[in-house]
Amino acid sequence: MIRLEKRKQPSQVWSYLTPILAVIATMIAGGIMFWILGKNPFEAIRIIFWDPLFNTQFASYSRPQLLVKAAPLILIAIGLSLGFRAGVWNIGAEGQYVIGAICGAAVGLAFYPMESFIIFPLMVLAGAFGGFLWAMIPALLKIAFRTNEILVSLLLVYVADQLLASMALSTLRNPDGGGFPGSRNLQQYPSAANPELIAGTGAHWGVVAALIAVIFAYILLAKHKLGFQIKLAGQSPRAAHFAGVNTSVIIVVCLGLSGLLAGLAGLFEVAGPAGQISIDFASNYGFTAIIVAFLGRLHPVGILLAGLLMALTYIGGELAQLMLGIPLAAIQAFQGMLLFFLLAMDVLTDYRPVIGKAKVV
Amino acid sequence: MDLSAINPIVLIASLMVASTPILLAAIGELVVEKSGVLNLGVEGMMITGAICGFAMAVETGSPALGFIGAALGGAALSLIFAFLTQVLLSNQVATGLALTLFGLGFSALIGQSYIGVKPPTSATLILGLDAMVFVGIGIIAVTWWVLKYTRVGLILRAVGENHDAAHALGYKVVLIRTAAIAFGGACAGLGGAYLSLIRVPQWTEGMTSGAGWIALAIVVFASWKPWRVLLGAYLFGGITVLQLNLQAAGVKIPVEYLSMSPYLITIIVLVIMSADRTRTALNAPAMLGRSFHASN
Repeated sequence: MIRLEKRKQPSQVWSYLTPILAVIATMIAGGIMFWILGKNPFEAIRIIFWDPLFNTQFASYSRPQLLVKAAPLILIAIGLSLGFRAGVWNIGAEGQYVIGAICGAAVGLAFYPMESFIIFPLMVLAGAFGGFLWAMIPALLKIAFRTNEILVSLLLVYVADQLLASMALSTLRNPDGGGFPGSRNLQQYPSAANPELIAGTGAHWGVVAALIAVIFAYILLAKHKLGFQIKLAGQSPRAAHFAGVNTSVIIVVCLGLSGLLAGLAGLFEVAGPAGQISIDFASNYGFTAIIVAFLGRLHPVGILLAGLLMALTYIGGELAQLMLGIPLAAIQAFQGMLLFFLLAMDVLTDYRPVIGKAKVV
Repeated sequence: MDLSAINPIVLIASLMVASTPILLAAIGELVVEKSGVLNLGVEGMMITGAICGFAMAVETGSPALGFIGAALGGAALSLIFAFLTQVLLSNQVATGLALTLFGLGFSALIGQSYIGVKPPTSATLILGLDAMVFVGIGIIAVTWWVLKYTRVGLILRAVGENHDAAHALGYKVVLIRTAAIAFGGACAGLGGAYLSLIRVPQWTEGMTSGAGWIALAIVVFASWKPWRVLLGAYLFGGITVLQLNLQAAGVKIPVEYLSMSPYLITIIVLVIMSADRTRTALNAPAMLGRSFHASN
């Protein structure tokens, strides 16, 4: 009989090993899923994880996509990880992402067709501020009324989706668009566009912002008192209380930063790869970033790697759809499975499996 | 705008139909939370139930078998959650989210071949209401009675209030919680199938559109009391039907703003309920969301 014995300290080794094991387990389970769907599992896994980077035919197109897809995931996940560490569960990043995009795009469109270097920075500020404000709703409600932030932030995603539809259909609709829904294309408006900075890499301003966020979060958590308080509030709320940590400040900082970063991700997306506000702008990055945050062990560097890996499954998934006819939904299920395996294996970090009966103490 | 087109009896009947999916999911989640477990995967279990029930009903031609399939599908998915949180002691919030993310992808995958298919129609009893509306009310009544007057209910509540004490008394905490989670999954599955088989009725990806999260909110609104789940679900159903009728009547409010009203009102209700310190604190199960490990 196998039973679990609690470790005195969480195992360092296992905390590094579990994400890798989870990825391998997901590949096996995913392979079985593809096999049930009637596809060659080895081919499918190769197409998802290998071909986007190294296939001679596709890599030149899909390699830059890696950074394009990873940047919003990393930006959002960095913000979420701060909250998850503190026990503040913002799961409405998708909504903050959408609102950030709307606010940023609205500022850019308000200036159209003026050309000025100041427009893009203003859009960045508006996007960040929009995401921040949207996240302040659950934060302030939690502080004032102790309302559950999980439910409020999540329900606000659906509100944001409706706002997005309204913006695309009426308020921000392109007046020269011939009645089609969707705003003007910001990519064709130089002052508001978020272009590829180095040709062929896919690196736009969002990638730069993601790298800055990683460094910033690393310093915050490793060197700053606030980072320590965030970790303390999550690990031992009572100890944090006695140590004089102000819970309200932690809630505002965690939700505010994650909203701000999600808003930034939305702005960079709408001004760059997406180009316009449209009904189907929301792309699930806000939810996938939850997986990225956990896969990266809530650690900034881990999130950087996890974001790249998750971006790879997106691109590989599209490739697999193209080449094998594997539906995109299968990739979503695949990503969900990854989180299951990760959480399941996490038990090894905190507990030691022991064979035999428990000793009577 | 023509408000006289809104017929009160039809309105009440459609209110009951609109609230049934959430009612079913919420009463299941109430039992789960009463046992001390927070399962945030309601949305995922609902949508899995929606597609399992739909597929079953289409393949067999029987809506009743569809509902059974939905309950089994929802329960099966919830057992993954039970295994992870009860045996492998994973974080309940994160695992619940994983359940929702996985359920959305998994259901879309199975649902590929059912897009545009019409399900078999269900028989109606009175006023155009089908049997499931009354099954839902029946489940609430039974849950209320079991929790309040039976030994099983007492044990379930004991596990939710103090798992260490319940364990010391010899109750199998993990087993009891697993059973509660499976019941919650089955109810969420039924709720999802009600959407795909009766309310809509067809299959579209992501068709639950937040119903599972609203069900979670209604459990808080109900302060963990079964009959108040009915009240909360009807309140929500009433708002949904009202805003749909207002859309049809051509009110001068853009459709998108009417469509977001159920979510906004749910948030407002949550705020009102949680602002009242004494009531929510007294009724929330003490062990809600905490893992149980026997050697602790």
